[in-house]
Amino acid sequence: MRHNTKAYKIFTIFNYTFLLLAAVLCLLPLVHILAVSLSGSAAAAANAVTFFPVDFTLDAYEKTVGNENFIRSLMISVVRVILGTAVSMSLLLCAAYSLSKSDSEFKGRKIYTWFFVFTMLFNGGLVPTYIIVTQLNLTDTMWALVLPTAINAFNLILLLNFFRTSVPKSLEEAAFIDGANHFQIFLRIYLPISVPAIATISLFTMVFHWNSWFDGLIYMTDARNYPLSTFLQTVIVQQDFSKMALNAEILRNLSQRTVQAAQIFIAAVPMLIVYPFIQRYFVKGIVLGAEKE
Amino acid sequence: MGLEKPLPQGDEDKSPYLVEKADKNPNKAVSQKPDKQPKPKKKRQKWNMKRNWQLHALVFPAVVVALIFQYAPMGGLVMAFQDYKPWLGFFNSPWVGLDHFRTMFAYDDARQVIWNTLVISVLKIIFQVLVPLVFALLLNEVYKMTFKRTVQTIIYLPHFLSWVILGGILMDMLSPDGGLVNQVIGLIGIDPIFFLGDNTWFRPTVIISDIWKETGFNTIVFLAAVTAVNPTLYEAAIMDGANRWKQTLFVTIPSMLPIIIVVATLSLGNILNAGFDQIFNLYNPLVYETGDIIDTYVYRVGLINGDFSYGTAVGLFKSLISFVLVVLGYRLAYKYADYRIF
Repeated sequence: MRHNTKAYKIFTIFNYTFLLLAAVLCLLPLVHILAVSLSGSAAAAANAVTFFPVDFTLDAYEKTVGNENFIRSLMISVVRVILGTAVSMSLLLCAAYSLSKSDSEFKGRKIYTWFFVFTMLFNGGLVPTYIIVTQLNLTDTMWALVLPTAINAFNLILLLNFFRTSVPKSLEEAAFIDGANHFQIFLRIYLPISVPAIATISLFTMVFHWNSWFDGLIYMTDARNYPLSTFLQTVIVQQDFSKMALNAEILRNLSQRTVQAAQIFIAAVPMLIVYPFIQRYFVKGIVLGAEKE
Repeated sequence: MGLEKPLPQGDEDKSPYLVEKADKNPNKAVSQKPDKQPKPKKKRQKWNMKRNWQLHALVFPAVVVALIFQYAPMGGLVMAFQDYKPWLGFFNSPWVGLDHFRTMFAYDDARQVIWNTLVISVLKIIFQVLVPLVFALLLNEVYKMTFKRTVQTIIYLPHFLSWVILGGILMDMLSPDGGLVNQVIGLIGIDPIFFLGDNTWFRPTVIISDIWKETGFNTIVFLAAVTAVNPTLYEAAIMDGANRWKQTLFVTIPSMLPIIIVVATLSLGNILNAGFDQIFNLYNPLVYETGDIIDTYVYRVGLINGDFSYGTAVGLFKSLISFVLVVLGYRLAYKYADYRIF
């Protein structure tokens, strides 16, 4: 398609400029934070840093990495991402296999499906969920971060739609005739065929767990159990160090602007590294979700 | 759904068990005949009956987890009609009827919170349809693929960062004493503005930072729709002498209308969701007047002040309205754009 009018050429120039500006505007805040984190603390405190480090130093990163609270929270986040994704995916994949059957193959499929879909439409809300989790004595355990969000009905639907459209029925029937049962068919046929979908939705779940901070804040009474996002939330956003039991030096370090910037940047790094690779999967996921049947 | 059903009698209201029984006798009577068609089907039917427990077993764990963590809290909503005391539990706390709801509508701060929620979320919904739509249309005019993909990737990036990180960045950049933004507007002679602590500036800051974070995400949905527009329509338009602007107006946008309707109607369900994560990480008592929303209010009265029942009542009010709106949104999306999620 060619549009060779003069007006269109002028438009093209404006269009490229505008989009370029928008992209730069999206990145500038991150560049600024990176520059602050790499600057000397005096320069940062004097607001002398814009997009390039002033008095370059890795001091802020040394202080961050040397802070055992930060490292502990980082480890908790790593465990949470792995465990949370594993638990959620196992539950959802098993359920999606059964729900991907037709109504006549699986009596009760409709009821189960609505059972899960209803959780998308209505929920108990913050306070009752909090009460249930505390009544089950899950506070200060990893399970409080993993189980309440394990069943994500939206992901479940994505998976079961994928199973339906991508697993050849003939393959499954051949396996049935050879005497395979549902468990075998699920493990040996469905899972291997669905690796791309499983990867996509696992990534969704991992990003979710890495970024979640609020459940850590309400379910962890001891700040030593905070995942990294929650730790950052209290230290940087709320500036509330009361639960941390810190000595004076660490406290002074943590409230330094450069150290705060370094912490923000470290928390963003995993996303920045994996993002370019996983981005296309997410695009696929969104389009998958918007697909009409 | 185009699935081939293995059962010949796909009627949902008939159980396969009954069907099987009815089949049995005639089959036996003619068992001599080499009638091969019904036999394997019958076999599979039996097989299905026997193996059905396996399918139930596979959903079971997910059902249990959902019962405990999704459905038990729904049961816990009875708290909204009680004066819940943790030491009395759901079963022994005294009932108070609709008292908490009456209190809610009598409180000025609750009414203010509902209003704030509506204002912020409606503005967000409008901008989150319009801005991504414009971006998708502009990106569609870019024919250098690397440029297009790079821009797309970059504007999509903030979506993946949590509001804790973005909140930290914004607090630093918007700081009234020498934050980057205030330095820039200082260059053109404007006094420093306390964006996150000033009631006139808080809402615009929230809306704009939301646009910054989410535009890329919604752009992708629209971009998929733009690229799916039938090229012959453009050819016809060109024959009719339409320039690119006219083509956009009369071909592209009308072709995208279904997806625009879907995005708009589905956001109906979010009308009481003004974005807890964002507000919580940006607000402070100075801006409660314009920035406090239902979710942050529920958190403060319910969990911080420990007024469990009142917090639940406000939450339930929100959940009920949202429920109606979500269902309505799906219905409208289905009716006007033939959209179904499953």
